[in-house]
Amino acid sequence: MTSLDILAAAVLNGLMSGAVYALIAVGLTLVYGVLHIINFAHGAILSAAMFAAYLAFQAGVDPYVAMVPLALIFFGLGYGLQRLVIGPASHGDDRNILLITLGLSIVIENLLLAVFNSDTRTVDVAYGFSTLDLGFTFLALPRAAAFGVSCLVAVLLWILLAQTDTGKAIRAVAKEKLGASLAGIDVAHIYAVTFGLGAACLAIAACLLLPTYYVHPRVGNAYVLVAFTIVVLGGMGSIPGAIAGGLFVGVVESLSGLMFGESLGQLGIFVIFILVLLIRPTGLFGAKA
Amino acid sequence: MAEALLEVKDLVAGYDGTSVLCGVSLEVEAGSIVAVLGANGVGKTTLNKVLSGIVRPQRGEVIFDGQRIDRKSPADIVAAGLVHVPEGRKLFPDLSVRENLELGSYRRGKAERARTMEQVLTVFPRLKERFAQRAGTLSGGEQQMVAIGRGMMGQPRLLILDEPSLGLAPRLVEEMFTLIGRLNEVGLTILLVEQNVMQSLELADAAHVMEHGCLVLSGTGAELAGNSELAKTYLGM
Repeated sequence: MTSLDILAAAVLNGLMSGAVYALIAVGLTLVYGVLHIINFAHGAILSAAMFAAYLAFQAGVDPYVAMVPLALIFFGLGYGLQRLVIGPASHGDDRNILLITLGLSIVIENLLLAVFNSDTRTVDVAYGFSTLDLGFTFLALPRAAAFGVSCLVAVLLWILLAQTDTGKAIRAVAKEKLGASLAGIDVAHIYAVTFGLGAACLAIAACLLLPTYYVHPRVGNAYVLVAFTIVVLGGMGSIPGAIAGGLFVGVVESLSGLMFGESLGQLGIFVIFILVLLIRPTGLFGAKA
Repeated sequence: MAEALLEVKDLVAGYDGTSVLCGVSLEVEAGSIVAVLGANGVGKTTLNKVLSGIVRPQRGEVIFDGQRIDRKSPADIVAAGLVHVPEGRKLFPDLSVRENLELGSYRRGKAERARTMEQVLTVFPRLKERFAQRAGTLSGGEQQMVAIGRGMMGQPRLLILDEPSLGLAPRLVEEMFTLIGRLNEVGLTILLVEQNVMQSLELADAAHVMEHGCLVLSGTGAELAGNSELAKTYLGM
């Protein structure tokens, strides 16, 4: 194996984990782009989704099978959360929404702790260590699947936003809430749909992560910290930015892990993050202020 | 006298506990053009926001077509047939002209939408040329056309036009007023809220002058046009 092969393998592996980062970041950036708030409950919802996928597995349902039903269930949960809790409790003030999502994250995490305690759990799937032989390297099957599904979700989301009435209404509300209201668009409904889509992205990410990652009531936070970096890196509210940023961060993490050792893998992410903030504070795909 | 399409009774409204409107009452008869005139900051926009459901009134009633609408959501008010074309247009800048127009009839079926679109494009043939262009790239006059077109897509019976001539070149202002007259001729009832006093009075069947949140002067367009006090205040004569 030449050193070039090692490098290529690292890049490839980075793209694989970057795709899941991107998926989590897309959910976060979508909610930011439309509701103009950072959803602090994003990590807790991811943890909850991973537990949901874990429970499904315990009940005999493979995570890849549970993916679609869980995405639908979490869409419903997200919709209800925004429509029945966050929206009414915020009284239309963005600062309130921020605090409510922060409060929700504490409630969700502690509920998970109360029910599942703080043990770290893993699942054992038959294909957990299966690999694809690419000639110059081997690719873990669950990671390849995560990459493929994340790309598929990105495409579906793009079609939804670009082609459907609901998607157009989401884009309209994101840019011009008052105009959308006056045009007859139900803004509260669109907010809830957007929040639901963000939660559905997390449910899919959870199912993709479960075969190779552990489950813990606070597991989501590690991912959301990276996802938040990606959202800022790509430009707040930009979906192409979140996808490009996610893949980029995955590769950077993998390469700096290769160079500085696995435990310092995330070092490279934050170095580049600081550089981007210094040089282009609106993010790679962000609109100029 | 025919029953009013829109009836506003003793409306008090404002923000954060203070009142901007001081008990406004007015009627808009079906098929007419009614103008509400006044300088910047006298409460015209607040009145519009109450009528379209953005701001809840502190007191008073808004009755549209025999139904109270002052507690309804903006989307329900649009569905009832009252559409507010806001000051500053509030278009969706990243969406195409076509998408902007389509979102004006978000709740309607595809066939109905296509029919209404046909009518809007007949009124604004220029928008057909700009159909795929992003709304944010249009000129001010064209953007105003999209805003009114988007309002018409909701198939309103009453259209509130909030400062439609604001920020337009003088020749375009003329065109805009001609257009408003034409919309009225084809059956739309219009509540015109304007700073452009003389041109609005020429067009309006009835007009009200607003100062400090109150209607201080009311009459037919011709009456107010001949009112020397109004001329003194707004035209410096």
